[in-house]
Amino acid sequence: MKGIKLKKYHAPKYDEPLIMEIGVDGRRGIMVPQVDKEIDDTVGTLEDLIPAKSQRKKAPALPEIDQYHTLMHFLRLSQMTLGMETGIDIGEGTCTMKYSPKVNEELVRSPQMAEVHPLQPEKTLQGILEIAYELRNYLKAISGMDEFCFQTGGGAHATYINACITRKYFQERGELGTRNEVITTQFTHPCNAATPSTAGFRVIILPHKNGYPDLDALKSVVSERTAAIHMTNPEDTGLYNPVVDEFTKAVHDAGGLCFYDQANANGIMSVARAREAGFDACHFNLHKTFSSPHGCEGPAAGAYGCTEALAAYLPVPVVTKLSDAYHLDFDRPKSIGKVRSFYGNLPAVLRAYAWIRSMGPKGIKTTAEISILNNQYLEHLLSQIDGISYPYAEGKPRFEQIRYSMAKLKEETGLGSHEIQNRIVDFGIQSYWLSHHPYVVPEPFTPEPCETYSKEDIEYWATAIEQACKEARETPEIIESAPHNQAIHQIKDFSQAEDADRWAITWRAYKKKTKK
Amino acid sequence: MKENDFIHPYIPNSVPEVRDEMLRAVGLKSVYDVYSEIPERLRFKGVLDIPEAIQSEYALKRHVEQVLGKNKTCREYLNFLGAGCWQHYVPAVVDEIVNRSEFLTAYCGANYSDVGKYQARFEFNSLMAELLDIDAVSNPIYDWGDAAGRAIRMASRITGRNEVLVPKLTCPDRLGEIRQLCQLEEMSNAIAVILVAHDPETGLLDLNDLNTKLSDATAAVYYETPSYLGLIEDQGEEITRMAHKKGALSIGGVDPISLGILCPPGSYGADLIVGDLQPLGVHMSAGGGQSGFIAFRDEEIFIAECPLEIYSIMDTVEEGEYAFAEVRSDRTSYGSRDKGKDWVGTASGLWTIASAVYLSLMGPKGMKEIGEVIIKNSKYTQNLISSLPGVSIKFSQPHFKEFLVDFSASGKTIAQINAALLQEKIFGGKDISGEYPELGECALFCVTEIHTKEDLNRLYLALKEIV
Amino acid sequence: MKKKIGLIVNPVAGMGGRVGLKGSDGKKIHKMALALGAVPVSPKRTCEALNVLSGIQTKIELFTYPAEMGQDEAVLCGLSPNVIGSIQKGKTTPGDTIKAARDLEKTGVDLLVFTGGDGTARNIYDAVSDRLTVIGIPGGVKIHSGVYAANPVKAARLIIDFVTSPSKIALQTAEVMDIDEEMVRQDKVSAKLYGYMKIPYERGLNQSSKAGSNPKDEMFQDEIALDVIHNMDPKVIYLVSAGTTTKAIMDKLKLEGTLLGIDAVKNKQLISADLNESAILQLLAREPETPFNIITTVIGRQGYIFGRGNQQISPAVIRRVGKENVIVIATINKILSLNQEPFLVDTGDPELDKELEGYIRVTTGFGKQHIYNVSS
Ligand SMILES: Cc1ncc(COP(=O)(O)O)c(C=O)c1O
Repeated sequence: MKGIKLKKYHAPKYDEPLIMEIGVDGRRGIMVPQVDKEIDDTVGTLEDLIPAKSQRKKAPALPEIDQYHTLMHFLRLSQMTLGMETGIDIGEGTCTMKYSPKVNEELVRSPQMAEVHPLQPEKTLQGILEIAYELRNYLKAISGMDEFCFQTGGGAHATYINACITRKYFQERGELGTRNEVITTQFTHPCNAATPSTAGFRVIILPHKNGYPDLDALKSVVSERTAAIHMTNPEDTGLYNPVVDEFTKAVHDAGGLCFYDQANANGIMSVARAREAGFDACHFNLHKTFSSPHGCEGPAAGAYGCTEALAAYLPVPVVTKLSDAYHLDFDRPKSIGKVRSFYGNLPAVLRAYAWIRSMGPKGIKTTAEISILNNQYLEHLLSQIDGISYPYAEGKPRFEQIRYSMAKLKEETGLGSHEIQNRIVDFGIQSYWLSHHPYVVPEPFTPEPCETYSKEDIEYWATAIEQACKEARETPEIIESAPHNQAIHQIKDFSQAEDADRWAITWRAYKKKTKK
Repeated sequence: MKENDFIHPYIPNSVPEVRDEMLRAVGLKSVYDVYSEIPERLRFKGVLDIPEAIQSEYALKRHVEQVLGKNKTCREYLNFLGAGCWQHYVPAVVDEIVNRSEFLTAYCGANYSDVGKYQARFEFNSLMAELLDIDAVSNPIYDWGDAAGRAIRMASRITGRNEVLVPKLTCPDRLGEIRQLCQLEEMSNAIAVILVAHDPETGLLDLNDLNTKLSDATAAVYYETPSYLGLIEDQGEEITRMAHKKGALSIGGVDPISLGILCPPGSYGADLIVGDLQPLGVHMSAGGGQSGFIAFRDEEIFIAECPLEIYSIMDTVEEGEYAFAEVRSDRTSYGSRDKGKDWVGTASGLWTIASAVYLSLMGPKGMKEIGEVIIKNSKYTQNLISSLPGVSIKFSQPHFKEFLVDFSASGKTIAQINAALLQEKIFGGKDISGEYPELGECALFCVTEIHTKEDLNRLYLALKEIV
Repeated sequence: MKKKIGLIVNPVAGMGGRVGLKGSDGKKIHKMALALGAVPVSPKRTCEALNVLSGIQTKIELFTYPAEMGQDEAVLCGLSPNVIGSIQKGKTTPGDTIKAARDLEKTGVDLLVFTGGDGTARNIYDAVSDRLTVIGIPGGVKIHSGVYAANPVKAARLIIDFVTSPSKIALQTAEVMDIDEEMVRQDKVSAKLYGYMKIPYERGLNQSSKAGSNPKDEMFQDEIALDVIHNMDPKVIYLVSAGTTTKAIMDKLKLEGTLLGIDAVKNKQLISADLNESAILQLLAREPETPFNIITTVIGRQGYIFGRGNQQISPAVIRRVGKENVIVIATINKILSLNQEPFLVDTGDPELDKELEGYIRVTTGFGKQHIYNVSS
């Protein structure tokens, strides 16, 4: 890209030992409250209080470190993490790595959220219940569904709940014996296959035709055995399926239910909804579209919404409003029961609420529009790079993300998306994500430049890819031995993680295996 | 700025000039050229029914604080609620670290760019392994109940068997999650959940009942210590031996904050250990701080059947450097006997870092001392409360931090007692009279290191007035 | 330590194609091809691959046969091979390929690379069976065997990874198939499955936490077998077709099934093994009341489910069993390797082939089916 200069970045490099290797006997990181003298005198000793068989004989071999150096160690580790906010995280597509507003973090840390016990009397939880209830209303508007619940601990968990609701729905109708198949598509997130399978269904995967899920294949397979379809739109490819309503119709005609995985709805909010496409249920990832931070893979939250017909099956409790007070409704006899303790991840609910309030209807529309525009712009830049392409449906626009392929680069240089991935982090941008397995698109990578990223970020990102591809042709040894500017060097041999004799999941296992 | 323009601080390209320049570059008139892929009939027409934006950050904060302010907190009120979410002190250094932007906003990253995150995760695994006295720890999942369900499914795949024995006195929500994962019996790969009775006197697992229910179909025996009702289950070793004798696995559920003083299931050969990380440095956040961990023996069969991510320490080309990578990344689709496979998803990763910092700060002495202060505070409270007329502590077995108070003889319901305590700005124990009516009017009280003697005396005096 | 790579070029492979002969095996045909002005394709193909290998010269020890059987190509591409054995220049025969493979096996090569077509693959298989890891550079006219990479450059890439990053590589079994060339020239196709050899493939081992890697084929085969067994009906006789994917079912059932033949299973017991067409028809006639199922898998590079490697399951057999009673199983890797091309059927009965067209369910794992298209 003309005029863009890549940064002379280098990650902080501390050669930081493991926490298990530091410390000196006797040092303390923190003092805990001591037993009150009077209490100590009256209750007896630990030996009196704990049955002999349950007393811990050997203290756990935890390190003994003072507070300053404990802090220092973990601060260093944090600096050795590019994360999202320092690392132009366009690369982790399908994950909608958007900015998590700091003001929301302040709210989440306030005692009114952090120091609240879930089992407190309802009347002492009215603030967070109001927020949950209002978020429910907003998500109803965004999806067209009739009811929402926030119990699920992540997006995949929400798809699991759908499988559980499907199970219960057909059990009630006495059809569970025959309706044992859940259909999904090749380019839908794999949790849509894995969770019905966990729930005991057989899973049918539809092929794609030129990048679109194959409607004829669906029609050939729906039957009295069909319990549900789990699909998404746009799919991982970024292609919007314009006949999605014919999919839902075909499944409904066969008596099945239709679930829409909207983990990332970022590109179509206020443009298209689950309801118009004929879905019975959907879910949003509050940690994607609605700005809750990803937190090193959680805490996450899936918001599961459904139509009136399925609302009775939702896990308990559901937040309701009666006159002026908000309630947790446990009295739902048809409910599938519990899926997570308490009420889910309410701090994520709070953040989503604050984000939507900060956006309003116009902001949400702008979010969707800019996420689409950013993606067109990135596509415009990446398609000028020799060796990169994306398959299927030529001439059809992609929505908020694209699954690209470096197959040509690989063919010509022997270096593909795995190798380039190791290099781009040298320019101070977060590593990109490749694809779900199996790799239907060879040498894949899937960037998603959501509304958070500026034009300059997108140009910088494309320049980093361009530079790495250029190196693959001109100085392949740079790519082969990448990374060069990171806290550590290239991993020697990935098969170490495949071999029970050489892998070590904990320090104590490592010491045993290496005889340290 | 035109009327329809909406410039937002979170959206850099919302500036019309930038937007138009990008549109020109890509040769589009508007992004609606892209949206034209969506047929008319599928379009949402109109404006979302959502309140107008509160654009000033200050106004937004004021607004949300005002709504949130309707919550009462465990700072203003003296809290005795536990039951799976416990009020413990969160050290300042823990908050400092988990609120670091790099950790808070990282996601999957990769081996090099996020190596600090992976190291912290590996340290978490290593610290937990010491606490639990077992060699392998995986990434955590949503909460304790989910972890227990996953462990049971693992056991079922490993043994090829379809029954699990679970204490009748398991937390009903947790049991609900377990049942959800073990499935409806109509499903071909369901695991039958069989409840094991408790000794009515001690509250411990009834080993005779366990013995009759253990069979060649038993995949695993699940037990907890401390149990849902706070009892120190000291038969873990015996339960494990009985399970193993029948070819079944033993799954121990633990509250990790007890393990400075209580013996960890790993030390007597439990095969899998589950529990919740929330007590180790995570705020309660109305239940938002839960995180279920799973630990197991470092044997190939356990790794192969674990549905969650597992990381190994790795060598780099530079001698002495540590890197980390996923172990057997294809294992989640490993031949899974006759069971469907579980899934993995974004769950509760940040809390591994909270727990790692917590355990590093505490060290062996801190963990011992916190266990000691909890068990002693708890015992002190039990002594005080049971001295009240019509009030007794249910079950004779020693408790760790939680205990069941039986108010049946007082003639008052828990609802009445808790309402009166609330007047005194006290959150009384969890009312379990609906969960276990056969136990009478009982409430589950939780006492931890955050309670001072004065707090405990205040509870006692308040109760004295009420009963 | 340097990796030992063996190289065998069948110098006459690929001659027939351009001049309209289907294959070039056999002296007469070869002469015919030369007379028609055919130029050998395989030396050129070999060089396309070897050129890419020059970058790892220092990491390999190349062993090959003299002159046009490898030495010439290697030298032309700037490699310095260790040459063993002897040939009669310009007059090589399949026997030389077999001899070369045996000799190279004795030198202890880690990977045997060969250029040719189905006939060459067969010769290699005859010589070393499945003892060596191999990879074929496609040089022949019509290739049915799965042991060949998609093109010479892809073969070279696999070799490079095999040498420089073994952890990126896993092994899978692939078919050795060959058409009876005499029949082809009479416009009758009849490809036979001769056996399986081990080839490397790229696993795409991944680093970030959200993506996995391509699971090894055996894992899927294992899962597929469990699914099939789980759903077996004790009343049904299953005709288990050829292939490693189907063989996994027999292994799981602890039955002495055949890899290349058709076996009949009822109630999880083997009732007869290695049936030819007439034996199958006799069995069907003997059991008029018994329902039958056929379990078949994808055989060969082109994706045949009937008509290649399992001709024993003839049109008459398929008709008698019924199209709806055909269970198709395949690993994901196998399906992906078809690059979206449909499964093929060529039973010899065009009408039946037409009937078999359309979408079918393919069992790809435990409780998992993919929908895939069949064409004739
Ligand atoms: C489309 C889609 N569905 C589901 C999920 C799973 O969400 P989670 O990781 O929160 O379980 C994701 C996230 O990767 C996704 O992109």
